[in-house]
Parts: sequence; structure tokens; C-alpha cells
Amino acid sequence: MTDWIEQTEDMVYKGRIKVPYTWWVGETGSHFFATLRDEKKLMGTFCAKCDMVFMPPRKNCGRCFNQQMSWKEVADEGTLLTYTVPAYEADIHPMKPPFAFGIIKLDGADTGLTHIVAGFGTGQLKTGLRVKAVFKEDREGHILDIRHFQPV
Amino acid sequence: MDKVGIVGVGQTKYERRKVGETFFDMIYEVTVKALDDAGLTIDDIDNVVTVSNDFWDGRTISSMAVQDACGARHKDISTVEGDGVYGAFYGAMRVLSGSFGTTLVVAHNKCSQSRMNQITNAMFDPIYTRALGLDAVTSSAMQARAYMDAFGVTAGQLAKVSVKNHRNAKNNPLAQIALDLTVEDVLKSRMLADPLHLLDASPITDGAAAVIWANETAAGKAKKQPVWLKGVGHMSDAYHLGDRDLARSPALVGAAGKAYAMAGIADPLKQLDVAEVSDVFSYMELMWYEGLGFCPEGGGGGLIDSGATEMGGDLPVNPSGGCLSANPVLVAGLARLIECVLQVRGEADARQVQGCSTALAHGIDGPCGQSHCVMVIGK
Repeated sequence: MTDWIEQTEDMVYKGRIKVPYTWWVGETGSHFFATLRDEKKLMGTFCAKCDMVFMPPRKNCGRCFNQQMSWKEVADEGTLLTYTVPAYEADIHPMKPPFAFGIIKLDGADTGLTHIVAGFGTGQLKTGLRVKAVFKEDREGHILDIRHFQPV
Repeated sequence: MDKVGIVGVGQTKYERRKVGETFFDMIYEVTVKALDDAGLTIDDIDNVVTVSNDFWDGRTISSMAVQDACGARHKDISTVEGDGVYGAFYGAMRVLSGSFGTTLVVAHNKCSQSRMNQITNAMFDPIYTRALGLDAVTSSAMQARAYMDAFGVTAGQLAKVSVKNHRNAKNNPLAQIALDLTVEDVLKSRMLADPLHLLDASPITDGAAAVIWANETAAGKAKKQPVWLKGVGHMSDAYHLGDRDLARSPALVGAAGKAYAMAGIADPLKQLDVAEVSDVFSYMELMWYEGLGFCPEGGGGGLIDSGATEMGGDLPVNPSGGCLSANPVLVAGLARLIECVLQVRGEADARQVQGCSTALAHGIDGPCGQSHCVMVIGK
């Protein structure tokens, strides 16, 4: 049995899974994205028990499990909590370099929003940098209706 | 808690690309190895827990395909989709439930067979985050930045983890990447996403691993003295990266607290003889030192500088070479546990820590160590 195994070529089988999804964005998400699209405003949800504004917004508070949340607008400007500049290109990236990923604490929010940072000079990116949202002209109710954040 | 111990272990060699091998080949290999190690047969196995991930396998319900390879046909088989230590935890629980005398836990992955960045991108929320194109490398890089900025940890201190673990891997015949490096070598290696260089990151790996748990009665049949479960805990942090303080790991503190309380560990540096932690990126090992209580918060850089976690130090960490030397995702945590078993048994050959009787294994799950599982085992 072993003789023929030595002469067998190693074969590969190629495949690809392409499955379309249609995710309901939900009540909370719909309000967030509609307001972003129509008014260029960023809406978070506020938990009175925890005294926290969540960005992105949530239907229930993940900390105290309360569902009595209320809408609160947050600023489109905030502070960079952390960032990284990818040194590789990938199909999944939304734009060509140079750009960075960052987590931004928008003024009025208590949690950070993960997004893209662009329009920065060499060495300009640092924790604590003030950044502001740049909105797309044609918005469709998508997280990239904010094109990116850039230094103020 | 009743006694439950590991009586058999098996690992494949970890490789960049296991040419010609399928998941089933690897699973069969480690199942046979674990059974031989235990001196048991497949009929002595009462139930099976598999660990795998549907995206990586390219098959949903990936656990349901492996019956032939791990002897699970007509047995109870369930799955943990998460790091191997979590699978081991579940396997031990099934024995502790009293319903089963033995559990075979087997983890597999072939990261070479698809695209790491597309698969890890998919762990992010499809509506708020996925379209940004984040993956495991870029999200971890953001955590590394947050950690370094919070505590003044340097790129050089991160590099020391890579130097230590790649050198330790020279003593592990199963490790994928064993290297003699200097801090300079790490800092000069290609930047992936600042502050992480290529040598700060774990490689793409194929591999599988298995352990067999047994209660006291079933362990009587086994060849070797069991390595007993002393304590275990796991805890998860929030999902959205922005909800978390990425510079700290409260979930690890919580998980370790539970494990230490069960195991009677008040001073981990003194009472543990060895630790195998999930250093998927170099900075993570430093953060996990803190979460595990090996040093105070912010003290990870200081601890690596002190040499305490080197071979020959007070508490060697990752004598196997860790995830930096081989990272078959989901298998790696089980490999950490198996390395601990070998240490306690005195079977770790060139990577043996002398006089080892209590060991800690650690695994993570989710982006930036969202969740942690800590297991303490011993004689």
C-alpha cells in the first residue's frame, strides 16, 4: 500500500463561499443611520442609571441591563483614544494608504467609536489628538457616510 | 470539587502549511497520540468535545464533520467555538457533571487554507465596524498603542517577549518558528501596523491538539499519573472595542481570580512554577502578566526587563515558545495546556522547568483579548 502513496501527488481543491446577507439594522440602528444620512448628526443612547452615553447607540445598557435608554446627540468632534497606521494594503480596506484606524471619543459620548482617520501629516497622529468627522456628500445610511475623521 | 485530571495528550508539529494533510488527518493523529499516551482505547472515551471555527474550516457546524477522525460516531459530541482552553474547560465540566468518566477534547485549524485578514475582519460587527476593514492585526495594534501610551511600555520591551519566546521555541521540536533574535532584529523587521512589527506577531499556522480528561475511577486505567485540575475561570469583556479600556484586562483579572481562588493561589509568582500564556502578539504577554497578577498594573515591561519570566527565572513564561512561535488559532490555547501537562509530568525534555508541580495555562477569545480563560493544573 505504501508504494502508491509515495507516488500520489498532493492535490488541492479550491472553493469560495459567497453568501449574501440582509441584516435588519433594528430600531436603534435605523434611527442612528437615518439621522446620520439626513442630518449629519450622530445620535447616541443614554443610560440614566449608569450616567453613560453609548456610541454607537444601544437598545439596552450592557452594564446594568436596563432598557430605559434615551436618545442624546453627541458632537461630530472628539478625542483620539488610540490608533494604528496599517503598513499593508488589503482588499478589505476602505481606502488606499495613507490612512489610520482609530477609536474616537466624541464629545458627549462615554464610549469610543471605531472608525478611519485620514488627512494627517507625518508624526501628527497621537493619543489625545482632536479629530472631526468629514461627511460624504451622498450619504446612504452607512457607517462610511462619515468618510473619515481628520485632525482639527 | 471532585477530581478530574488529564491522562493523555497529543499535538501535531505546528507548521506554516501542512501539505497533503486534511483536518481529519490531523485530528486522527492527535487522537491516536493522546490515546497511546494515556494507554486507553477509543472505546474508553465517553464523550468528545471538539474545538474549531466555521469560517476557518469553510464549513458550518464544523464539529459535525470530524466523527470518523476522533471516534465520535455514536458518541455524545459537542463543540466549543473558541480557544482550546475553553474547550478543555468544557470537557472537564462534562466529567465533573458525573455523566461521563472521560472526555476527549480535540482542537484543529488550518489557517493556511484561507485568508486570515478576511476571516478576522468577519468577527467585527457587520453594521458598525466590519466595513472599516479592521482585522486582528490592526485591532491588536490599536490595543498595543493604548497599552504603551497608558503605561510607558516601550517597543524594546515588546521586542524582548519575541526574543525570549522565539529562543524558547528552539527547545520545542513541535514549534513552527524557532529563532535566535536580538531586540534590534525585532524592531528592524517589517512594520505590519504601528507599533507592531512582523516579529511582534504570531505566524499563520496549521495544527491540531488533543487532551483526555478522566475522573479518578477512569484515571485508574490510564498509564500515567493524571495531572489534576486545580482551578479554572473565564470571563468576557464588552464586545465593541470602544466600550473597553484596551490598556487593561479586567476580564483576565476576573478569570484569574476565579481560578486562583479555586486553586488556593494567593501569590502567583511564588506558587506557580510555570505559565503558558497566549502571546498572540508580543505586547499581549506583557498585558497578561498584569492581568494574571504576576506584577502590578502597568508593570509588564518591568517584569520582562527583570528576567523573571525567562527560562531559569522565578516564573518561566512560555517555555514552549508560545503563540509567537506557532499560532494555530483555537488550537493554541489547548497547546498551552498540553505544554503545562508535560511540565508537571516532567516530560518537557529540553524545555523542562525543574521541579514543576503547579502550572497555569491561558487562552483568549475575541478581538484584543476580549475574553480570557485561565486554568491551573498540578500534581
